Amino acid sequence: MRPILMKGHERPLTFLKYNRDGDLLFSCAKDHNPTVWFADNGERLGTYRGHNGAVWCCDVSRDSSLLITGSADQSAKLWSVQTGSPLFTFNFESPTRSVDFSVGDKLAVITTDPFMGSSSAIHVKRIAQDPNDQDAESVLVLKGPQGRINRAVWGPLNRTIISAGEDSVIRIWDSETGKLLKESEKEIGHKKAITSLAKSIDGSHFLTGSLDKSAKLWDTRTLTLLKTYATERPVNAVTMSPLLDHVVLGGGQDASSVTTTDHRAGKFEAKFYDKILQEEIGGVKGHFGPINALAFNPDGRSFASGGEDGYVRLHHMDADYFNIKL
Amino acid sequence: MVADAAAQPKPRWWELDDDDGEDLDFLLPPKQVIGPDQNGIKKVIEYKFNEEGNKVKITTTTKVRKLANARLSKRAVERRSWSKFGDAVHEDVGARLTMVSTEEILLERPRAPGSKQEESNAPGDLLPKGGAVLMVCRTCGKKGDHWTSRCPYKDLANPSDVFVDKPPTEAQPQAPGGGKSSYVPPGMRAGAAERGGTDMGRRRHEENSVRVTNLSEDTREPDLLELFRPFGPVSRTYVAIDQKTGYSRGFGFVNFVSREDAERAISKLNGYGYDNLILRVEWAAPRAN
Repeated sequence: MRPILMKGHERPLTFLKYNRDGDLLFSCAKDHNPTVWFADNGERLGTYRGHNGAVWCCDVSRDSSLLITGSADQSAKLWSVQTGSPLFTFNFESPTRSVDFSVGDKLAVITTDPFMGSSSAIHVKRIAQDPNDQDAESVLVLKGPQGRINRAVWGPLNRTIISAGEDSVIRIWDSETGKLLKESEKEIGHKKAITSLAKSIDGSHFLTGSLDKSAKLWDTRTLTLLKTYATERPVNAVTMSPLLDHVVLGGGQDASSVTTTDHRAGKFEAKFYDKILQEEIGGVKGHFGPINALAFNPDGRSFASGGEDGYVRLHHMDADYFNIKL
Repeated sequence: MVADAAAQPKPRWWELDDDDGEDLDFLLPPKQVIGPDQNGIKKVIEYKFNEEGNKVKITTTTKVRKLANARLSKRAVERRSWSKFGDAVHEDVGARLTMVSTEEILLERPRAPGSKQEESNAPGDLLPKGGAVLMVCRTCGKKGDHWTSRCPYKDLANPSDVFVDKPPTEAQPQAPGGGKSSYVPPGMRAGAAERGGTDMGRRRHEENSVRVTNLSEDTREPDLLELFRPFGPVSRTYVAIDQKTGYSRGFGFVNFVSREDAERAISKLNGYGYDNLILRVEWAAPRAN
């Protein structure tokens, strides 16, 4: 395959997200402008201008009309996907790290970093149908985890919130009462900070990637460990194919140590693993730095990777990928 | 008129051609594009002068087919026609934000299942896979994972495998936990023998002793051990150190448990580039005496 290279960002990529139909790809980077691209040919549709800091995360509503972004400028913003105009700004006391729309797009979960004495928190906001009625009130605020909460997503039927972060513990919270329901066990859980979390297409299980050089597959309801995928480099980004039983892990050594070693030692490929057999299927090379973001197109026929090098690489898989055998 | 024509040189053929075209094109009706209609038929009507100077109407009919149509939802097709916004508005074609890789990228299959084995190198597994790799931990023998000083298995390492010959009193930062806990009388210690004089030291050059010369100054016993251990069990390594300067004198000895291993080591490592010097490895000379 010949990947499409998209050089719209001047700084390292942080997050990638496809809309539900798989025709738009949203990219967030440490420069201040999230960008939307056509996912088939990589043409830039527009940028969302207004943030004043690195943008860490984004999510798009099911009907692809509303975009939410979380930024280091201590705000999360709602945008009109079509026009790129900001609709509402949630202000916080600390940088926001992760955002996620609930099923139905009525709620959003936003996590904030520990900053200037305040601890990290998970905020649940109500998203109004009409952006003019939007208010900044938090429906629920969850506190407790130490360090950054790198990712928080909604569980099945919006009943739970799954969070994971620097304290390497995965937590499942009740999204109504805010009660902590489950915690991953120390022995089986990750040993270092969890950097990424990706739900399966049906939400029944999810994948976490960690700096302990492994990714783990968990059951969403019971939080039992299903599979572990061991790699030889820290995992920064994970995604799952919605079509085949494949998981993709991206990572590489720390950006700070890239220049000190040979580029071959960096292992900047996106690694494909068999979800069930936990065996490596192959790697897709190309980035000149660690992979920070990965996203699979909902149709399962292409995936995008975003790297520390500022490039988004859009891979439309060859036909022979779909009948790969181990 | 006449004067004009005389003053102007005769127009060259390319000028003439050019001027003609310009003049006449101006008279032509503009290009028309019709469609594409619901059947995807697109018509382009152009007017041109042919060589005889007659006006010609050219109608090109093409069928526009959207390949992706079947896959895209109605809304996605609608989104296709959205106008650009943000920085994308001012984007000119030359911006080249989106490029197709010139390189063919393949899903690279892992080389062999052997790669997995290497990963599962237990801390007790002390044999490196052979050859010199840049980063090899001397404590646990793991390659490419960490340096000796950062070894996570430092405390787990099997101490009996490391320098049985070394006196426990001698500081050995490269091999922590290298000393044996049982008491060894000073006279029985290897260091004592070396210090005692050459005649006592000679006794230690038993069978299967290999001499290594042209070692770099930085090479120490642990490095030698690491270099020779892949060939087989090593009972002793020794690097001659200058008493005054504390630097290596550039040669050392390695004793193998089995003669075959020693032979193999000699054949492999003689002439081997190590630390920017070319090693000379041979049977230790005094063996014959």
